[in-house]
Amino acid sequence: METLRFIMSNLPMIGERTVEHISIVSVAVGVAILVGVPTGIAITRSQRVADTVLYLGSIVMTIPSIALFGVLIPLLSKIGQGIGYLPAVIAAMLYALLPIVRNTYTAIRNLDPALRSAAIGMGMSQSQRLLRVEIPMAMPVIIAGVRIAVVINIGVTAIAAYIGAGGLGTFISRGISQTDVRQLLTGAFTLALLAIVADSALMYLQRRLAPKGMAVSA
Amino acid sequence: MIRLAGLTKVFATGKGDVASVTGVTLEVPAGATCVLLGPSGCGKTTTLRMINRLVAPTSGKVYIGGKDTDTVDPVALRRTIGYVIQQIGLFPNMTVAQNIGVVPRLLNWDAARTRKRAEDLLAMLALEPTEFMDRYPGELSGGQAQRVGVARALAADPPVLLMDEPFGAVDPVNREVIQDEFLRMQKSLRKTVLFVSHDIDEAVKMADYIAIFRAGKLEQFAPPDEMLARPANAFVAGFVGSDRTLKRLRRIHVAEVMVAGETQAPGGVPVVRTTDDLRRVASLFLEHGVESLACVDESGRTIGRVTRDAVAARLGAQ
Repeated sequence: METLRFIMSNLPMIGERTVEHISIVSVAVGVAILVGVPTGIAITRSQRVADTVLYLGSIVMTIPSIALFGVLIPLLSKIGQGIGYLPAVIAAMLYALLPIVRNTYTAIRNLDPALRSAAIGMGMSQSQRLLRVEIPMAMPVIIAGVRIAVVINIGVTAIAAYIGAGGLGTFISRGISQTDVRQLLTGAFTLALLAIVADSALMYLQRRLAPKGMAVSA
Repeated sequence: MIRLAGLTKVFATGKGDVASVTGVTLEVPAGATCVLLGPSGCGKTTTLRMINRLVAPTSGKVYIGGKDTDTVDPVALRRTIGYVIQQIGLFPNMTVAQNIGVVPRLLNWDAARTRKRAEDLLAMLALEPTEFMDRYPGELSGGQAQRVGVARALAADPPVLLMDEPFGAVDPVNREVIQDEFLRMQKSLRKTVLFVSHDIDEAVKMADYIAIFRAGKLEQFAPPDEMLARPANAFVAGFVGSDRTLKRLRRIHVAEVMVAGETQAPGGVPVVRTTDDLRRVASLFLEHGVESLACVDESGRTIGRVTRDAVAARLGAQ
């Protein structure tokens, strides 16, 4: 009841924190898509490069987010951005990269080799093959990677509240430091809700962008 | 016309160089079907893939219509060569109409012309256009999908068609049907076809010329009747089989050996048409214990007879 009353009387602030949160996640994931999808496609050409890139990516994933912030603060303070928005976006982007690169790579690699043979044999150039056949067919798996990245990022960004990046994590960090259960629950509830809503929206997108004919054969 | 001159492919592998195709030279006249035949790993598919340069030759030349294909950009070259593969490789994200329209679209045909072409080709391949145009490949049976694969290869009306075991994945009953359809179509289209197969019966049925390969080398290049009558060496003889004479009978028609003139058809024995092949004749000889059969024309009138001696003479003549 207490918590509900807190939420009702602080709706504008909750809205503001949510917008901050979404802003960090979407910029990070946006950059990660722009970098990750071309990378995922490029590394399909060399098994060795692919192994290296995916290995580096999984090393990044194993670094705890709080430790990553610890590394970024001294680095970025050289340009006066040690805490706040920028390190939050950079950290979130790094965590988003691996699922996007890996899913793009896997999706393109797992396409039936006969399709590749047919496409080349019919006289498609490399870019025509990518745009007309390979990317459309890989799309559901690529979006699945984006979904994973978004959900991870909503969590990472919650922790970024500790380095002053704002967002919904602020309710949790304050709730802990002020032993205020109302703020804790507000943060936890809104974060969970945001993650579920974002995931469902992307799942819808994943279905919409799946090539029609593939739903039939699947 | 397709001419291969000393075509050679050497693959560099971890264990050193491996020659896949060695010095293949042959010439297929325009409008003819040549079947590249041989056991697996004999280099027939590699030879085919060097023609549309999916595999770059180590040495040797490919001439299409007299033109050295080295002088043509590979992507542009491939748009003038129809290509059908055993796995079909229809794009699952495109409808049947879109699949057939791939090459026309690459060549910037307008949408209406592309669609009309797809309808015509489906009709030619015995697939009802209104029913199939907007289906996806996942909704087709194996035989239907391979027909669409052939339609797609023919879409931009290329003079040359390369077919890599095109009917290998189709069940035997449907394979006969598709082969017959293809032969009927080829009669009017007169494409220059190179057709990879490992099935001697398919080769005898489809080919104007057969090229037999072993271990990357061309063993014999000849029309089916000549190859069956006079295999160049023991390998070819073994590959075509000891029943090669029976196989020849399928390619010879009654009209070629018929002795014209009035004749008495014995009761109880069927008559044959001039368009029947000698396999049917031989089978009737054996079944009814006769040495002569009456031949009839389209209207059923008796116009001559076919005898055991005439058949034997035809088989021995060449």
